[in-house]
Amino acid sequence: MSGLLLVRELRLSLGTREILRGVDLEVSAGEVCALMGISGAGKTSVLRSIAALQRFESGSIAVNGFRLAPGPLPRESRLRPLRRSVGMVFQAHSLFEHLTVIENVGLAPVHALGWAPERAGDLAHKLLASLGVAARADAFPRQLSGGEAQRVAIARVLALDPVVVLMDEPTSALDPARRAALGSTLRALAREGRGLLIATHDVEFAGAHADRVAILASGVVVEQGRPDEVLTRPSHEATRELLRTPEAATEATEAVRPWSIHGKEHM
Amino acid sequence: MLRWGGDAEGGAPFVEADPADPAQVRGFDVEIAALIARSLGREPQFVQVGWSCIEPSVERGDFDIGLSGVEDSPARRAEHSVTIPYYEFREVLAVRPPDRPRFRALADLGGRRVATLGGTMAYQMLLEEGRRTGLVPVSYDDDVHPYADLASGRVDAVLLDDIIAERSLRRTGGFVIQPQPVATGHYVGVLSRANPALRDSVNAALRAAMRNGSLERIFRHWGVWNESQLELFARQEVSAGALSSPSPVGRAPPLSEAKGDRGEVYLPALLRAAGITVLLSCLSMAIAVGLGLLVAAGRIYGPALMRAGLATYVEVTRGTPVLLQLFVIYYGLSGLVRLPAFLAAVLGLGLNYAAYESEIYRAALEAIPRSQLEAARTLGLSERQVLRLVRAPQALRLALAPMTNDFVALLKDSSLVSVITVVELTKQTAIYATNVGSWALPGLLCAIVYLALSLPLSHLARRLERRWSGA
Repeated sequence: MSGLLLVRELRLSLGTREILRGVDLEVSAGEVCALMGISGAGKTSVLRSIAALQRFESGSIAVNGFRLAPGPLPRESRLRPLRRSVGMVFQAHSLFEHLTVIENVGLAPVHALGWAPERAGDLAHKLLASLGVAARADAFPRQLSGGEAQRVAIARVLALDPVVVLMDEPTSALDPARRAALGSTLRALAREGRGLLIATHDVEFAGAHADRVAILASGVVVEQGRPDEVLTRPSHEATRELLRTPEAATEATEAVRPWSIHGKEHM
Repeated sequence: MLRWGGDAEGGAPFVEADPADPAQVRGFDVEIAALIARSLGREPQFVQVGWSCIEPSVERGDFDIGLSGVEDSPARRAEHSVTIPYYEFREVLAVRPPDRPRFRALADLGGRRVATLGGTMAYQMLLEEGRRTGLVPVSYDDDVHPYADLASGRVDAVLLDDIIAERSLRRTGGFVIQPQPVATGHYVGVLSRANPALRDSVNAALRAAMRNGSLERIFRHWGVWNESQLELFARQEVSAGALSSPSPVGRAPPLSEAKGDRGEVYLPALLRAAGITVLLSCLSMAIAVGLGLLVAAGRIYGPALMRAGLATYVEVTRGTPVLLQLFVIYYGLSGLVRLPAFLAAVLGLGLNYAAYESEIYRAALEAIPRSQLEAARTLGLSERQVLRLVRAPQALRLALAPMTNDFVALLKDSSLVSVITVVELTKQTAIYATNVGSWALPGLLCAIVYLALSLPLSHLARRLERRWSGA
């Protein structure tokens, strides 16, 4: 197995709170890895550190040969190789509200890669079709259902053909049928040779679709392995707790800020 | 060219818009200005200026001489070049008819409310009397409302120039003028203290006009001639023999007592003034938008020192009255740069509104969810591309409705620039209201023009709000 994504001794604090105390994690090409833990365990912080959206204090992150060092985030221009390698699908999808679905997907190829708009449009159509949302190409994000928005967000990330795909709580707004469909999509991406790191607390989903699960608790990975082993015969108390209380572990779905000019109190 | 400043809102018989041709002014100050200009071999050109701003305006060079019932006073003589007095007026007391026997002089008015025009000799006298007897001075910005409030009982007496009192008596009545004057004063022309030479020429022209009777003819024409003027003229080293015999105060046939029956003649001038208002508002808004964008961008993306500086600008601008800012730009800075009035007005309003616009843009930029900006960054867009492609276009939509509302507010705030001598819609209306002797028709016309300008914009703002509120 080749380590596409390597996280070593990752330590991170937010204010005075220590979030991560030495996380070790590895994702290989063709692998779907589920990063699991209860709400507040730091799953999102791991993803944000890998995507260079969050500085960390010590440790190292290597993606496809690009090394992220601790301390202040480098300039965007120095992050180019990382941006080409890592795609991130946010929990709230974070589609660009003023652009149509097809424009959302084509934006980065045109402006980050310098493609001709026609070429970007063709690619976007192909990706949307492969994810089953081609019919919504001219809709605006606010007209989409949760599942459609997520597939558009995945298409937007795939337009840059990243070798590592990060997803934050992808099942939080999906019904069971859509979860299964998402699972097959993830498997298909892995078959293309990508490495996937999925932050989730959804035990059923991880058990069905991940190659490996890593349990995050108290800021470290306390146990990892094949899902049938870890999730059926957990060796760590934190894992048992996660399996016991799926309801308590449910993360509050991050509210998308209403797109309104009246939202002055938040401005 | 002799540029002379006066306030057409002061009205007849001093300076008023000509009812026959509202673009022209008439009055005894107008004719005196023409007389002075003639004797200097120049063409008179009228400059409209708020009465209380005549002195700062003449010092900053807006015009050569102020002639608009300006009172002689030691303070004025110390600060400016002042001509010889050309008219002697009396401060007279107006009271309601039943009060005639008991309020004969200021001394009878202890504890009573007595009205006058602010910034005048009469007001100074009331202040002094108030300290002695507990009389309550009430200051007005115009010389019409004191008499209206006297008739309605809000004040118990009015102390003002006899010319003004008699004009009000003819127009509205409802009061009597006590025969015994409280004091006498003089009207003078006021020039920049840097210009004593022109003052001396004007004095020579005035003395000549006293001698040859032309000044008397002007005062007789306007119905304000009386024998006090003879004595005044004599005191100005003029041979008494050259003066004609005294005559009683005449009636005033040319005064515009026809009230508002010919409103349509004012319409073209009102529309012209509306054009000034629109032009002023558009130019100011252009500055406000351009500068506001820069300030907002600087406050979000700039270094700490720039952010602090811009925040100070925004807070100072929003925390002080725009009226004060206009005064500072026009009069306060006149030692450094002498901006033309219109330019000062555009700059003053533009700089003021830029502070408000920048807050709209800043709020709009900060309203774009951070996760969208992060998503754009993880897609490999540069910081500048994130702003240009994701943040700014969405912020613009959020900002459009409040911007339109601000423009409507600016349209109305633009009326404030009349304090720095720009005659726009409201000022023009005030001038005509004085002329017609009523606010009813001019006020209605003015309101219609403002509404015609602002209603479509308000409607647009509401539509934008609905369209992009994400409902």
